[in-house]
Parts: sequence; C-alpha cells; structure tokens
Amino acid sequence: MSLNKIKFDKKIALSFWIIIIALIIAAPTILPVFRLNLLGRYLSLSIVALGVDLIWGYTGLLSLGQGIFFALGGYCAAMYLQITSSSEFPNNIPEFFALYGVEKLPFFWEPFRSPFFTFFAIWIIPALVAGLIGFLVFRNRIKGVYFSILTQASLLVFFNFFNGQQKLINGTNGLKTDVTQLFGQMVGSESMQRIFFWITAILVIAAWFFAKWVVKGRFGNILIGIRDDEPRVRFTGYNPVIFKTIIFSIAGGLAGISGALYTVQSGIVSPQFMTVPFSIEMVIWVAVGGRGTLLGAILGAVFINYAKSLVSEALPASWMFIQGGLFILVVTALPEGVLGWIQGDGPRNLLQRFGLKRKIETYPSLEVNNKEGNNE
Amino acid sequence: MELLLDSLFNGVAIGSVLLVAALGLAIVFGLMGVINLAHGELMMLGAYTTYVTQLIFKLPILKPFYNSYIIVSIFLAFIVSGVVGILLEKTIIRKLYGSPLETLLATWGVSLILQQFVRSVPLAYGTGLVISLLIGLFLPTTFPSKIKESINFKYIKFSSWIFATLTGVLTGSLISSSVSKLSRASARNVDVTAPSWMRGQVEIIGTAFPKTRLMIIVITLISVIAITLFLNQSAWGMRIRAVTQNRQMSDCLGISTEKVDIITFGIGSGLAGVAGVAVSLLGSVGPNVGGNYIVGCFMVVVLGGVGNLLGTVLASFGIGIMTDLIGAGRLLSIWPDMPLPLSNTINFFATTSMARVMIFALIVIFLQFKPTGLFPQKGRMVEN
Repeated sequence: MSLNKIKFDKKIALSFWIIIIALIIAAPTILPVFRLNLLGRYLSLSIVALGVDLIWGYTGLLSLGQGIFFALGGYCAAMYLQITSSSEFPNNIPEFFALYGVEKLPFFWEPFRSPFFTFFAIWIIPALVAGLIGFLVFRNRIKGVYFSILTQASLLVFFNFFNGQQKLINGTNGLKTDVTQLFGQMVGSESMQRIFFWITAILVIAAWFFAKWVVKGRFGNILIGIRDDEPRVRFTGYNPVIFKTIIFSIAGGLAGISGALYTVQSGIVSPQFMTVPFSIEMVIWVAVGGRGTLLGAILGAVFINYAKSLVSEALPASWMFIQGGLFILVVTALPEGVLGWIQGDGPRNLLQRFGLKRKIETYPSLEVNNKEGNNE
Repeated sequence: MELLLDSLFNGVAIGSVLLVAALGLAIVFGLMGVINLAHGELMMLGAYTTYVTQLIFKLPILKPFYNSYIIVSIFLAFIVSGVVGILLEKTIIRKLYGSPLETLLATWGVSLILQQFVRSVPLAYGTGLVISLLIGLFLPTTFPSKIKESINFKYIKFSSWIFATLTGVLTGSLISSSVSKLSRASARNVDVTAPSWMRGQVEIIGTAFPKTRLMIIVITLISVIAITLFLNQSAWGMRIRAVTQNRQMSDCLGISTEKVDIITFGIGSGLAGVAGVAVSLLGSVGPNVGGNYIVGCFMVVVLGGVGNLLGTVLASFGIGIMTDLIGAGRLLSIWPDMPLPLSNTINFFATTSMARVMIFALIVIFLQFKPTGLFPQKGRMVEN
C-alpha cells in the first residue's frame, strides 16, 4: 500500500499550519455560538477517530467498541463536575443520588473529588480498561472479525450495565454537565464553551502529533507489520500481543479524552454514547477520511459529522440512507478513503480515464493482486 | 421439579429464538467467513413479512384461511429475506470476499439502509419491490438451457426484468389500495397477533406453557432438522460442505463456488427471515427489532465454533438457559438459604440487562480456555 507517499513540501506545510491556527483563533468570532459548539464537538470526535485510525488503519484491528472508552472518559469528567458543584445539595453529593435514596457517594467516586485525579482518570481509566479487554482478547490470538464481534459485545455489556445502574451513575438519564460549575463559571456558558473549543483544538493538534510519533519508527513499523502479516511478525521474534495491547490502550486513552471533551461541550454524558451505531460510525469517519492517514481521520470525523448535522437539519429521513450508502461506497469503491485516494494514484487514474494524462507503462496491478491471495 | 422444568422450558424458549436467528448466521459465517451485520435487518424483514401476510389474510377473499397465515408467512419470510440476501450477495458481498472487515462495514451500511427503508417506504410498495426482485432474479433461471445459451439471452433477461418491475408496481399498488394500513409509511412499531389456535397455554406435567413459545420451539426444531438434512443429504449440501472445508480445492474439482455462495447466502438469509417470524410472535415489530438479537447471535456463533451446527445448537441453548437462570434469579429459589453475599450478588445480576453482562463475562472467561469455541475446526493452519 502506498501510504503517505507524497510528502508535503515544507512551504505548503507551513502555510497549512498558519491557516489552521488562524482559523482556530478566529473561529469563535466568525461562527455563531451554536455552530462553534458543533465544531468543537466534532473536533473532539476527531480525537477518538485518531485512535480508531491507530488501531484499525495501522494495526488492522477493527474495534466496534470504542464507545466504551469514549463514554468512560465522559463519565469521569461529568462526575467530577457534578461533585464539585454539589455543595448546595443534601449530603454534598450530586442531586440525582437523592432520587434513588443514596446518601453517601459510592466509594469509587470518592477520588473524583480531586481535580488532579480526574485529570488523569479521564485518559488512564479508559486506557486501562482497553488494555485489559485487549489483553484478554489478544492473548488467545482472537483477531479479525472475532475481535470486532467481541468488542461489539463488550460495548453492549457496558451499555447494559450503565443503563441499569441508577444508584451509581444515574442510569439512562446520564450525567448533565451544562449547569455545573468549573472555576466559578457555568460549564454551559458561552465564555466557557469558547475556552473548551480552544482546548479541544489544541488537544486535537497534540493528539495528532502524538499519533504521528507513535506510528513513526520501529513501533509503527511493527504495527503495520501486524496489520499486513501477523504470523510473520511473530516468527520474526516479536510478540504481537504486547504491541496490540499497547496500541489498543492508547486508542482507548484517546477515546477517553475525546469523550470528556465531547461531554463538556454537549452538556451531557449518557449510555447513548455506548450504543452500537455510534461506535461503528467512528469507523466510517476514518474509512471515509482515509485509513492509515492520520489527517484523514481528523478531517473525516469533522466533515462527516458536519454533513450529518446539515443533512439532518434539512432532510431528517435521508441521513440514514446517505450514511448506509457511504459505508457501502467507501469499502467497495474507495477502500483507502478520500485522503488515501488523493495521496495515492487516485487523481492520476482519474485523469487517465478521461485521457488527460498518459498511462504509465508498468505493472501497478502487481500490488493490487496481492489482496486476493489473502483469501485463505 | 416443577421449578426446574419451568426454568428449563424458559431457557429452551430463549435459546430457540437465539438458535433460529443464529443458524443462518452460523452457516454464512462458517462457509464464507463473512460477518453479516445486516442479519438482524433480514430478521426484521421476516417479521414485517409476517405482519403484511397477516393483514393480507384479513382481506375478504382469504379470510377463511386466516388461521393458517402464520404457516404461510414462515415460507414467505424465508423467500423474502432469502431474495434480499441473494441480492446483497450478488451486488456487494461478492466483491469483498477475502476482506471480512470490509464486508462487516458494508453490511452495516446495508442494515442502515434497510432500517430506513422500512421507515420511509410504505410496506405495500416494499412488498411490490420484493416481488419484482424475486421475479427478476429467478425468472431467467427457469428458462430452458437452450434459451439460456442463446446469444440474445441478455435481452430476454432484460425484458424479464421489465416484466418483473411491472408486476411489482402492480402488486404494490393493488395491496396499497386494498389494505389501507400498508399504504402509508410509518416508523411506528406494529403488532402481529397470533391466530386463535396459538393463543393461550398448554399444560404439560402440571406446568403451563404459552403456545407461542411452543410454536417457536417447533419452528426452530423444524429449521434445524431441515438444514441438517439439506447439508448432509443433498448434493448441494455436500458441495456447500466441501467449499466450507476447502474453497480452492473444491473450485478445482469443478464445484461452482459462485453458485454455492449464492445458495448458502440465500439459505442463511432465509433462515433469518424465519427467525423474524418467531420474533414477531414475541413482541411488537419495529425497524430496530433485529438489532436486539444480532449481538446475541454473534455470541452463539463465537461460542459454538465456526462451521459446526451442533456447536451452534448447544451454545444457543446454553446461553438461553443461563440467561433464564441468572436473569430471573432462579438460583435463589432453588437454593433459598444461601449465604448473604452470594445471594446479594445473584440479586444484583437478576435483571435482563445485568444477566447479559454476566453472560458475556462468562463467555469471555470461556474463550480464555477455548479460544475457538466449543467445537473448533480441525486443521493445522497458522491463520484460521
């Protein structure tokens, strides 16, 4: 596969960065609050998409359960906010506990009184859960579709668990954050949302650099090796289990951060974040953007969600058709995604088809044919 | 004793729904290694077929036969889901053999489209569409081989598609004009009422069993027996088994793997339709009805091992019985004076959703010891 074949020129890269930074600084003044909030949410979703790209695009593990880690991050953040702004409620615990007759904060929420603990919990807890699930699955060499099914099943388990536990986490209703206070300000207020937008934008860039650093060098090579031929990696003396577990928990941690950012910007975290469709949607962002291209994951997440909100506003019924069509189209016609297509031979092939460019006289089909050999 | 029987029956009832739903999935997955996420939606189509059949049987002409509509709908559901499945195989899945993850995503896309289709297209015209697909796909295959081999066959095929479209539109508008409930699109759930002979309960050894549950068990039993006979006794069954074991070798020996794929996928999808009939007897039918079962079906397939019907049967009954034991907290009533911490734990898990949590945990623990399920495929491969 020809990933990252074309390197951007330095000048292009520089102007690209200047535009991005200018846009980020200017966005709060240009966009109305509602759109800014949407953009912030979609940017935070692009962090979870980066994680999906790391495990699926680079390592070949299709996880349909990223919603678990996303929601866990969200719950951590939301619970901290609820606890810190619960001083006027009875027993100094969040309001909803009173509805179910709980008088004492459940023990596992105790540490969330501390902002430092929460700051780390948001990404460490999802990463640990991901690592545990991943280790148990990878250890048995369960992979491919089995892995996908198991992650989906564990997603459903978490969903059922969170849905059913009113006394611990307010069950179906979820935790609201928009009326809570952070540093003396309402989280749902305009100025806080602007700050959250900037934090999100910075974290997206940071996550992008982090992901780039992860896939660079030998570690990244092993990941790609696992994707393309896992037995060979094992026979060469590496233990794929360790690498898969590490990358899966990295993706989990990214999902946690993403979930926390999404929660504070959307104002609520609920078990709805753990539904099956949402987790599969994450995969389609990456697939459309271009798997194996980190930028593609970010762009895919932002643009597809933006398209979703636009289409849903105009024609609510048609989004499902479009989304379904996207899934089919992207796997049958555009397996490398839009960015992969642009970076690969896509534009040249298109021009050739219209006779605008001369055909090259080599055998590019050699590389393509390899795919069919994987049949058995 | 009575309690045990009751529990066993409930478990078998839950398990038989799972089994009939997972049967098609297991066959398709076993043969092609294809994960069909649209399987739940094929079930949904089966359930809607039952609903449509029921309404059509309320028409004055068919009223005398109303009580038998459920039997008819089993066959119709098999055909409807089977046809949609074959179309799916012919258009999308065939292109994606060898890349199971891509198939998974594509079938998810199909499932979204099917869900929205049921919501926004009147069922009457949906029926019409299925009828045109049925005619368009099967009419050309019934022609004598002399016509099939002629050079003009593609024109004949084309005209048969036109004929199919016309028939579909005609039936669609006929149904929509005669059954008003089917002429409007609606996202609301619909209800299938069982015919009078299926309502009520039967008493066996002092315990009352609802007849619908018994009916589901019977449907499952017949499906399992039929599919076992088909796979083990018929020529195509043998070919299917051959392709399951070694696709390339079978291809070399002259088995048309293409046809085998179509037949397998058609049968697997058709079984999903039959499962849909069973599901429609249990509760209301909506666009999301299949989604509730699909993960459970996958668990059955994973637990049972790929390409093994016995494993599928055992796994679904095992999961069914465990669901009932845990979800209804039956262990407590069997052993009332157990120590407090244990009984607290059992109470904690004694809801439908928490039972799922428990069962999944048990499955993961089980897979730690037997990663390839109850009955793994034999062979010495690096990859399986």
